[in-house]
Amino acid sequence: MRFHRVSALLLRHLYLYKRSFPRLMDIFYWPVMELLVWGFLSVYLEKTQAAGVNIATILLGGIIFWDLLSRSQQAVSISFLEDVWERNFLNLFVSPLSITEFLASTFFVGVIRIILVGIVASILAVLLYQFNIFIFGLYLVPFVINLFFFGWTLGLFTTGIILRYGTSAQILAFGFIFLIQPFSAVFYPISAMPGWAQWIAYIIPSSYVFEGMREVIATGTLGVANLSAAFLTNFFYLALVLWFFYRMFARVKVKGLLLKLD
Amino acid sequence: MAKPIIEVKNLIKKFGDFTAVDGISFDIEEGKITGLLGPNGAGKTTTIQMLLDIITPTSGEIRIFGMDMRHSREAILSQTNFSSPYVTLPQNLKVWENLKTFARLYGVPDINLKIKELAEFFGIENLLPKLTATLSTGQLARLNLTKSLLNDPKLLLLDEPTSSLDPDIADRVRKLLLQIRKERGVTMLYTSHNMAEIEELCDRVIFINHGKVVDDGTPAELVKKYGHEDLNDVFLHIAREGEMKASQNS
Repeated sequence: MRFHRVSALLLRHLYLYKRSFPRLMDIFYWPVMELLVWGFLSVYLEKTQAAGVNIATILLGGIIFWDLLSRSQQAVSISFLEDVWERNFLNLFVSPLSITEFLASTFFVGVIRIILVGIVASILAVLLYQFNIFIFGLYLVPFVINLFFFGWTLGLFTTGIILRYGTSAQILAFGFIFLIQPFSAVFYPISAMPGWAQWIAYIIPSSYVFEGMREVIATGTLGVANLSAAFLTNFFYLALVLWFFYRMFARVKVKGLLLKLD
Repeated sequence: MAKPIIEVKNLIKKFGDFTAVDGISFDIEEGKITGLLGPNGAGKTTTIQMLLDIITPTSGEIRIFGMDMRHSREAILSQTNFSSPYVTLPQNLKVWENLKTFARLYGVPDINLKIKELAEFFGIENLLPKLTATLSTGQLARLNLTKSLLNDPKLLLLDEPTSSLDPDIADRVRKLLLQIRKERGVTMLYTSHNMAEIEELCDRVIFINHGKVVDDGTPAELVKKYGHEDLNDVFLHIAREGEMKASQNS
């Protein structure tokens, strides 16, 4: 793997972001809008005592973490689609760029996006609701790492599907993450879900992150069980999806679909 | 005879029951411009895509610069480049941003100097600060060619590079290609449906139809062999003969 090729793709996306208002909006718009809607709701609930204590913390923490997850997934899928929409994909793969280098570039685009989303959402939460995400202290690090890797995994999965089945499957880049949301226990605990949904939640890394987040808010500590389960399930899905992506890419080359994708 | 840059042996590509490339073999000599000709669906694009490792062959061997594509993809593609009007550079990037991105991708050592040198060569210095989306078709063709020379390729694969250009711009592009070959000794594999262009540019042509090599020679040799006035008539002859054979077989 050569870093100059990874950095070339990174540069290509950064050039695009600085000039494209819709793409910048994609990074900032949804986190801001969600923070406003859910934030106002949580303030209202707290004022009216309609729910227990710390509801604002739970909702605002949930919103910020959910945005980190969904933006890191979209960083991969949308970056890939940018090249498909621009009919540039073939230009990339007639160069010595390897699939590993391509994946590494999506990783770094994701890291940049997640940092931008994190900064914007954190500042806004402090300004509007006096909510400081850093109340999670050092626990923030494993939470963010897990959310980022799961987002990257989901992004690679949707990208692999689009690669294989073409742009008719591109809706997955925008919608697939919302299939995960109800089972991720973002705003409510796993115990609040019906039995069948709990089983799904137990095999999703993000549900352990959000359970862990609530555990920190309630007890001030993070149990090893949630964190370990998040890392283990994440590792399993990441390994599975990398195998899937390499296999899809090989199939696409056998079927001659790269040209048709462009 | 100059050493072959490309060696293709018994190359086959099947898509399900359909055989797009049916056991073709050919060599391309260093420093020559070779036309790969044939009617639509003949297997030209599939062959070029296999030479670029975009499509995996069903069987057969591709050696470029003496290296096997299956094992030396990175080394081969570092010295190769491709240009086609059907593949575009990102429209929302400025021209210099696109060139810089691709220069990095190919590991060009002195990027700014290389871009300046090529921009002068193709007369696009004034376009560098412009958005790629604002360029005309002729300007885009020159930008594509600029991109394709960033890594000083020894081999250039050109898929119908003048197909969307007016005769004036197409003529300029052809002259630039001849200049590139003369000054840099670049080997080129060229596809086009413009036979006059092929006669002007190519040292040799390979005709393929229904995935097979049908004939091979210099444009003058083929015109003489088939007893026609020009390469356009040779093309029609070969294409229609292939069509008749195919309908008889089916």
